[in-house]
Amino acid sequence: MPEPHKTLIACHECDLLLREIPLPQGKAACCCCCGATLYRNLPDSINRSLALTVAAAILYLIANSFPILGINLQGNGNAVTLLQAVHDLWNQDMPLVSSLTFITAILVPALELCLMLYLLLPLYRGHLLPGTSQVMRLLQTIKPWGMVEVFMLGILVSLVKLVQDFKIIPGVALWSFGGLTLLLAALASSFNPRDVWMHLDIKQRREGL
Amino acid sequence: MEWPGRSAAGQGFCACHVCGLVSRLEQDDLAARCPRCNTRLHFRRPDSLHRCWAFLIAAYILYIPANLMIMMETGTLISYRKDTILSGVIHLWHNGNPGIAVIVFIASILVPLFKLVVLTLLLVSVRRGSTWGIKHRILLYRIVELVGRWSMLDIFVVTLLAALVQIQSFATVRAGSGAIAFGAVVVLTMFAAMEFDPRLMWDPLRKEREL
Ligand SMILES: [Zn+2]
Repeated sequence: MPEPHKTLIACHECDLLLREIPLPQGKAACCCCCGATLYRNLPDSINRSLALTVAAAILYLIANSFPILGINLQGNGNAVTLLQAVHDLWNQDMPLVSSLTFITAILVPALELCLMLYLLLPLYRGHLLPGTSQVMRLLQTIKPWGMVEVFMLGILVSLVKLVQDFKIIPGVALWSFGGLTLLLAALASSFNPRDVWMHLDIKQRREGL
Repeated sequence: MEWPGRSAAGQGFCACHVCGLVSRLEQDDLAARCPRCNTRLHFRRPDSLHRCWAFLIAAYILYIPANLMIMMETGTLISYRKDTILSGVIHLWHNGNPGIAVIVFIASILVPLFKLVVLTLLLVSVRRGSTWGIKHRILLYRIVELVGRWSMLDIFVVTLLAALVQIQSFATVRAGSGAIAFGAVVVLTMFAAMEFDPRLMWDPLRKEREL
């Protein structure tokens, strides 16, 4: 059975063994060998992350319920929501490309926000729900596949391509996706996984006694 | 550069890749799990190099159809075009916005090529136990991790345009089968980069020092 060590940490990029030191608020500890960020001390991380997650979830719902762009050409027009775009592409015999967009722009961001709420809502009151470590592992696994910011750039590139030939009607979801991109970036920089692990340590110690 | 201290693996310690907890681990304990989060513990990612090569070779193979096959078909009343990735960028450069053409060129052509070349370089250097230019190699690895996802740009553009531009007899856009190959290249190179364990690059330096 592996025996845990209380004060040692290892750099995840170069495996240098280091002793953990307390950090002043807002500072980050970097590896002295490769410069990777080891851990951060973020003030008020749980409250801020929860607020950002709730705001992001609301914007996510708006962004997925309204059309992103509409186009108009001599009285004929078309407008699509993201889900409709994925559905249309599926019907054009492009199931693989359509699934890729569905997973990276719809499914993973939704799952990420749900999992964050599952962690942060109880943490806000100082306790943890069962399955916390599984949720953390799942969050780590799906994180690279949530691509809202890339999708936002995709909307802008499409807009520029369309603007010569069509009259463009920007939809509510265009602005919502912009806001969602910013909120998710803020969430990534305010959420501190170490807070979750610290609470899990306390919980385990309490149950062990 | 010189290795400044002791590595966790050299001292028989292993950090959990999910929660970061450092535990003492027997060298031959393959079933060990993290005492805090119950994740399986490994000193190094298992089969990191083999898996990375497998994804990378698959990506190389699909890179060819991704660039040769049609990405998007555009039809209007007066014209009909079939575009590969490159011809789409060139068309955008001449008949649209050169700035956007540069962005698409970087995301769809430069980034995938850069990832393939850099990952090959990193794999070969680890295989040969090289200690050369570690600072540059770690920088290359970080850039690959950072920029990889942006290649998905063209997939999103194709999805949006193919769904939106469906105005009967006036204008239609269809996704081409090149988009499938291109999407696969992006996904495969992302998997390859995830499988690569950066600590393997430092191991030769550590061994030089600790012997
Ligand atoms: Zn390091």
